[in-house]
Amino acid sequence: MTPAPIDLPDDLIALIGVPQYPVTADFPVERGYAWNTLAATENANPIYWDDTVADALTGGPTMPLATLSLWMRPHRWQPGAEAEQVALQVHFDLKARLGLPEAIMSDNTLIFHEPVRPGDVIRHHQVLRSVSGIKTTKLGTGRFWVIDVEYHNQRGEMVGVESYTGFGYQRPDETEEVAA
Amino acid sequence: MTTVFGSVSVGDKLPPLGYDVTPTTVVLGALASRDWRPMHHDHKFATERNGVRDIFLNTPNQAAWFERYITDWTGPRGRIGRMRFRMHDSIFPGDRMMFSGDVVDTVIDETGQGWVSLDIQLTAADRPCTSCTARVALPSDPSDNPWSLRGDGWRP
Repeated sequence: MTPAPIDLPDDLIALIGVPQYPVTADFPVERGYAWNTLAATENANPIYWDDTVADALTGGPTMPLATLSLWMRPHRWQPGAEAEQVALQVHFDLKARLGLPEAIMSDNTLIFHEPVRPGDVIRHHQVLRSVSGIKTTKLGTGRFWVIDVEYHNQRGEMVGVESYTGFGYQRPDETEEVAA
Repeated sequence: MTTVFGSVSVGDKLPPLGYDVTPTTVVLGALASRDWRPMHHDHKFATERNGVRDIFLNTPNQAAWFERYITDWTGPRGRIGRMRFRMHDSIFPGDRMMFSGDVVDTVIDETGQGWVSLDIQLTAADRPCTSCTARVALPSDPSDNPWSLRGDGWRP
């Protein structure tokens, strides 16, 4: 995907490659989420269940690698919040700016660096990497976009990078209504 | 069990894994990953708004299933460096998920760490749903430990 097609609004082109929404997670890394994820996938890996194994292999308890995105997901509600808080805000910004009411994720890449440990406080930011031209799929007509999320711990060490490919679209019946 | 680098060859197959998906599977995975989007717990929203046949497995939970599938094969000393997956079709309650995988490459990096590349397919009733590639560090022998690599020594 080229970074920006010519039919993209200038304000969106200006955001490509720019770090957005730097956020420090509003709660520290906690082991309960490890066990919830392990239970949901019936994952018996002893480095996550047996502290003796964790100490010997990883230097102490660590979180399952695939829980990386947990730390960018806000509480759905908290005191003072005026609206539903959502993860991956850039994705929702694109939906709104481009008038695409529906969206799905099609690709996800995760790169794992330093282990995430209970008690860590993870900060992250999002980077819009590219937006496609207009495409039509079986879901509808819209655009693909790629958003990276970079995660660091409280010591400034990179713990991981995620890359999401999203497809924002109008369903065919909605497209016909708009056309009409 | 520990899978060591020297015992692995291109073309090796990972043991298959099957799992019957229920609504609880979908909701448990979504909530464990703090994913509150309604298509992962609200049947009406999924069918009427998203136009799919039921609630479906969310992205981070699929990542967690791939992690489990890979480390079931490697053992705890195996350390995943990266995973990339593409979702072609959704996983719904009533589906029997089937994971299968192949070793497609082996390489030793500049630090001496051995890596395998895996192609993994997730299907449901022979319907291709998600394809995944993964780069995984394996120990050179049962006492080696890729988790000890830090900083520039870890090249995922």
